[in-house]
Amino acid sequence: MTLDVLYFAWVRERIGLPRETLETQAATVADLVAELSAREERYAAAFADTSALRVAVDQALTDFDAPLTDAREVAFFPPMTGG
Amino acid sequence: MTVKLLSAPFDLAAETDAFAAAQTGAGGIVTFTGVVRDAETGTLERMEIEHYPGMTERALQDIRDAALARWPLSGAMIIHRFGTLRPGETIMMVATASRHRADAFAAAEFLMDYLKSRAPFWKKEVTGQGAAWVDARDVDEAALERWQ
Repeated sequence: MTLDVLYFAWVRERIGLPRETLETQAATVADLVAELSAREERYAAAFADTSALRVAVDQALTDFDAPLTDAREVAFFPPMTGG
Repeated sequence: MTVKLLSAPFDLAAETDAFAAAQTGAGGIVTFTGVVRDAETGTLERMEIEHYPGMTERALQDIRDAALARWPLSGAMIIHRFGTLRPGETIMMVATASRHRADAFAAAEFLMDYLKSRAPFWKKEVTGQGAAWVDARDVDEAALERWQ
């Protein structure tokens, strides 16, 4: 499937780009993280501690074990600091 | 407009007046305003606020809808800025209106607690020494528990 993957805040800085489109067979968010981490050191560094990260699938917050069935957009970012 | 996402500064008094004028039957209006606080050493040059276009608008609407479902409010408004802000500038405001003040106060706190930890904004502080992302605080996450 084709997936848009977005990165924000220090995740964006560590990986070095705000978004990319990729082809993947990842079944869950965790599978996608493993696939990205295996690619290059900068991804492995950004995803080293997923407890420090949050994930949204199609713009809704979810968990790292969430399925990617029919997903079009996945975003990774640190805990939010609004207000 | 009850939810606004802005890059430019906004007029706090004008927004509050417009919100108040739009209410019917309200006995009280509560507003809260967040401003860019200077570093303790007074060296903050600017704050950069990043957000997630698309998800941000949706999250602000959802947070507002949740407050309206929970309290008998005649209105609720959220304004939040993004981009570059200087010390002392207004970052955001919430306003709530209800027949009795307790509901308006509680709803305003609810909006703030959810904006802090569930709206996709990230703050970066830039000083003469460099730039650093503002860490989320455990106390902000814990504040959500009282509403669950």
